[in-house]
Amino acid sequence: MVTATAPSARDRHPAPALRVLEYFLVVLRRTFRGTIFGGFLSPLLYLVALGYGLGSLVNHSNGLGGVPYVEFIAPGVLVATAMQIGVFDASYPVLGAIKWQRQYHAMLATPVGVRDIVVGHITAITIRALLGGVVFLFVAALLGAIPSWTGVFAIVAVLLVAVAYAAAMFAIAANAEGDTSFTMVFRLGVIPMFLFSGTFFPVEQLPQWLQPVAYVVPLFHGSSLARDATLGTMSWGPDLVHVAYLLLWILVGGWLATRSLRRRMVL
Amino acid sequence: MTDPAATTQARTGQPADADLMIEAVGLRKEFGAFVAVDGIDVQVRRGEAFGFLGPNGAGKSSTMRMIGCVSPVSGGTLRVLGMDPDRDGARIRARLGVVPQQDSLDGELTVRDNLYIYARYFGLPRAKCRQLADELLEFANLTDRADSLVDPLSGGMKRRLTIARALVNQPEILLLDEPTTGLDPQARHVLWDRLFRLKRSGVTLVLTTHYMDEAEQLCDRLVVMDHGRIAAEGSPRALIEQWSTREVLELRFDEDDLSGHAASVEGIAERVEVIPDRLLLYVDDGEAAAAAVYQRGVRPLSSLVRRSTLEDVFLRLTGRSLVD
Repeated sequence: MVTATAPSARDRHPAPALRVLEYFLVVLRRTFRGTIFGGFLSPLLYLVALGYGLGSLVNHSNGLGGVPYVEFIAPGVLVATAMQIGVFDASYPVLGAIKWQRQYHAMLATPVGVRDIVVGHITAITIRALLGGVVFLFVAALLGAIPSWTGVFAIVAVLLVAVAYAAAMFAIAANAEGDTSFTMVFRLGVIPMFLFSGTFFPVEQLPQWLQPVAYVVPLFHGSSLARDATLGTMSWGPDLVHVAYLLLWILVGGWLATRSLRRRMVL
Repeated sequence: MTDPAATTQARTGQPADADLMIEAVGLRKEFGAFVAVDGIDVQVRRGEAFGFLGPNGAGKSSTMRMIGCVSPVSGGTLRVLGMDPDRDGARIRARLGVVPQQDSLDGELTVRDNLYIYARYFGLPRAKCRQLADELLEFANLTDRADSLVDPLSGGMKRRLTIARALVNQPEILLLDEPTTGLDPQARHVLWDRLFRLKRSGVTLVLTTHYMDEAEQLCDRLVVMDHGRIAAEGSPRALIEQWSTREVLELRFDEDDLSGHAASVEGIAERVEVIPDRLLLYVDDGEAAAAAVYQRGVRPLSSLVRRSTLEDVFLRLTGRSLVD
């Protein structure tokens, strides 16, 4: 093990993961304008186009038990955006820090260790997702799409979903030789999850045989949790299950990400 | 081709010596079935400039990565600053400066931010990092480029910045892996000048190179590596004295097969090496040897008398040249 695990090293260099985070925040500041767009403008477009446009048709059918369509999709879009940021920011930037820009190599020559890199980088990704999420939630509330004050807890769902997806994607990226596999992940993973995991319609509308698949997808638990928060329908039992399931993904994903990066970098 | 007398190792088993910066005994590095470093013994003392000289694939970089605590040791023992890289990697790295073979500068950050961010990795306070960045910009002669991005810098400037960056933690040992590969001669000399300054200020330098002139310029002591082993060890001068003659007569011919010429100059030199397009005659008096060659009726395209270099040592020890 060549990571910074010796206690004495920790004493001399408190929390090297924070230094890694600091680096990625400097990068984030540099690309702030693009970040703002991806982080809240594009979900806002979904909200307006589908929530109000398509919603005017949907609301006539009363298929959502009286919930206006815009209120239904607001939490869905919120959490789905967190997923997209988590996946995207842990794909090219992670492989780049290994292969192209090689920032991880620079970090590992210092007291920073593999685990610090995983923790610091995923934290930075999560902060970007949270920034976008907070702004989106605020604007959605102004537009009247967030009926309950408990909607602030939806930010917890943003946090959990961003970390869960970033950790899983980090593990994939740390194993990737090139970026070709990323396109597959986006097309065959992210987009289907975005469409079929409770973002735009309840998973109960899916064919019976497909519903269990949706229950496995972390995004389903994230959007359910966020929706309970924004609609004011939170209840301990189901919501704790959602939280626990997302935490499980975070733990397993984080472990896999660390293991993969160590195998890749420590030769 | 290990010469036991040349690899004089003081295996005295004495207790830890404060001036012993690096000590490797039987150090090995394996990648699956491939043996990159095959049991080397090395000692580097405080203030020394120590070199690993050898061709590509000799095991130099693998050795450096183990010393830099980013690559686990496969066998033997390694102590850096008296500590075990396996256990105290982060503590050792806190006191090392590393100039990697392949640049890991951040091309999208400014020159100054590269220094600042890297200093932060060592946990130094922000004000200290800013101050260090300014000092090191001065050292690297990059003050007027401080706010430029790194990508458009020249190769020599990037290398200087990489070296400056490796100094942010005021390291006791500076590890340089092929520091001047790919640079033009002028940039190399600027870089060597900076390294001399560091050495004078007491920093222990450990470098790898496949340039014999670089090794002769910079190293107090070096080991010649080949196929993961140490073929010889000593100061550049001692190595040349031990393994080569004072002078070398180079005879250049415009032919493919030089064996005929090699036969006709037999006896003139202590040793004759046949390399593509040239004969190398190892002699003490080059001019006298050249005269003798002409007397025998051999008419080379050109002839040249020069002093022996580490290249000749390497050729003698391994039968191959350094840069292929």
